[in-house]
Amino acid sequence: MRSSVTDLDLKQRPLNGDARTGVVHTAPVSSVDVPVVDIEAHSVAKSFGDNRIFSDVSFRLERGASVALVGANGAGKSTLLRCIMGLIPVSSGSVRLLGQDATGARASDLRRLRARVGLVSQKHNLVPRLSVLSNVIHGLLGQEPGLRHWSQTLAPAPSREAAMAALESVGLAEFAARRADRLSGGQSQRVAIARALVSQPKVLFADEPTASLDPAAGEDVMELFFQLAREHGVTVVFTSHNIEHALHYGDRILGLAEGALKLDAMAAALTTSDLRGLYD
Amino acid sequence: MSHRGAPSRFERPSAVAFLGYAFGIALIFWCLSGAGFSLEKVMTAPPRFADFADRAFPPNLDPKVLTRLGWKMVETLQIAVAGAVIGVILSLPVALLAARGLIAGPWVNQITRVTLGFIRAVPDIAWALVFVVAVGLGPFAGMLAIVIDTIGFCGRFFADDMEGTDKGPAESLTATGARKIDVVACATIPAAMPAFVSTALYALEKAVRSSTILGLVGAGGIGIELKVGFDLFDYPTAMTVILMIAVVVIGIEQLSGYARKQIIGEQR
Repeated sequence: MRSSVTDLDLKQRPLNGDARTGVVHTAPVSSVDVPVVDIEAHSVAKSFGDNRIFSDVSFRLERGASVALVGANGAGKSTLLRCIMGLIPVSSGSVRLLGQDATGARASDLRRLRARVGLVSQKHNLVPRLSVLSNVIHGLLGQEPGLRHWSQTLAPAPSREAAMAALESVGLAEFAARRADRLSGGQSQRVAIARALVSQPKVLFADEPTASLDPAAGEDVMELFFQLAREHGVTVVFTSHNIEHALHYGDRILGLAEGALKLDAMAAALTTSDLRGLYD
Repeated sequence: MSHRGAPSRFERPSAVAFLGYAFGIALIFWCLSGAGFSLEKVMTAPPRFADFADRAFPPNLDPKVLTRLGWKMVETLQIAVAGAVIGVILSLPVALLAARGLIAGPWVNQITRVTLGFIRAVPDIAWALVFVVAVGLGPFAGMLAIVIDTIGFCGRFFADDMEGTDKGPAESLTATGARKIDVVACATIPAAMPAFVSTALYALEKAVRSSTILGLVGAGGIGIELKVGFDLFDYPTAMTVILMIAVVVIGIEQLSGYARKQIIGEQR
């Protein structure tokens, strides 16, 4: 019988553990050079009506970190990502994103904050009837709002060039004029990555980026995503049901289970069987 | 081996359901009575209809009459197309105010939807009467009636179309820091565009049908010819008008169906 993650971690990895909460902290918490903290969640809780999704979630993510957020269906991974980005309000607690309060910010401040992050979603979320280039140019709307970024036809030359460069980086420059709904799943997700990267974000969020792709396309997309993230030196937070992906691409793992953060550990210190406990 | 018996063919209604059915049937009879339904009139109508058909056929195909009616039909189409196009254009901002969760708050949504409901509740012929009073007899009153009728129709359905779009692209653009108006312009409206085209073409068909009768109240178009034909017992000319309306309306419906297929299938 598999042991629960809490039991497992408390037994096997009591490095910086908190016996009360069951959260294991093996991530570095201090160094001589104080690292820049990009994301800081403090006692975050989220409920929809009477349905509590999670509570008392706290963590700090430093600049350049690659963090996998894992957990079973309904554990609240996507909800937590949306709370961090301020797309939905938290029920209690606070989130600081890139040094700014994301939970109590005014709408205009929140928009400016979001303009410095990127999101890649499970379903790619491209606008199907528009061209690939227009979709990528939309990634600049946070920084350059207004009519000129509504379509590639109207976009100023620098924005078109930036979008073409982003498409080039995902290997799809020759598809710029194609309609987004005429791409394969893998191509579509690569365009979504280009849209997320075109604004040169400091933090990238990816919500199960390979869930709708076949295994081969999923591997390609993850490889490309992390190659580009490393090149741009951005902090990456991604959710995944794929344990191998989480351990391979994440250097830190956050695990949600039973409405709480049950695991916070460096990937190097974990095995696949450790993570499977989260899905029991 | 025993088989479980099949359920009975008819379920015995509960007492409440039985009362509901009885009330429904009584309501229908009450409405028929109010509508002056008479089997005797139904039985005597075919000979009268045959008498009308006998006097109406052959239709009046006099070239002078056809020319006059043709120009009236052109005016009818002008009223319909101008009214529908302006109505569809004005419907978009109205729909943005009516659609929940887009750019306006719940109070604005509700007030806009109630206003659109009121516009739809008033028949187009009544709007034509109002505009005849406001701007005088003629096709301009008819066009304004079509505009307001189209706003009531398209404003509501455009709003519903936008509310029903996939929220994923909008969320992704919101996550880039885009403003609400940018999100609506770049994600919501393109996603709703096929439904907009379909609704707008249906509005055009509806406008053509409406514009053929607005002349009955002096709001321009071929309807006045129909009225005059019946008033003067000139049934052959009235029949010509009816046939022209039928041909034009069916033609517009066919054209609209073709355009719907072409535009929705190929639009970028």
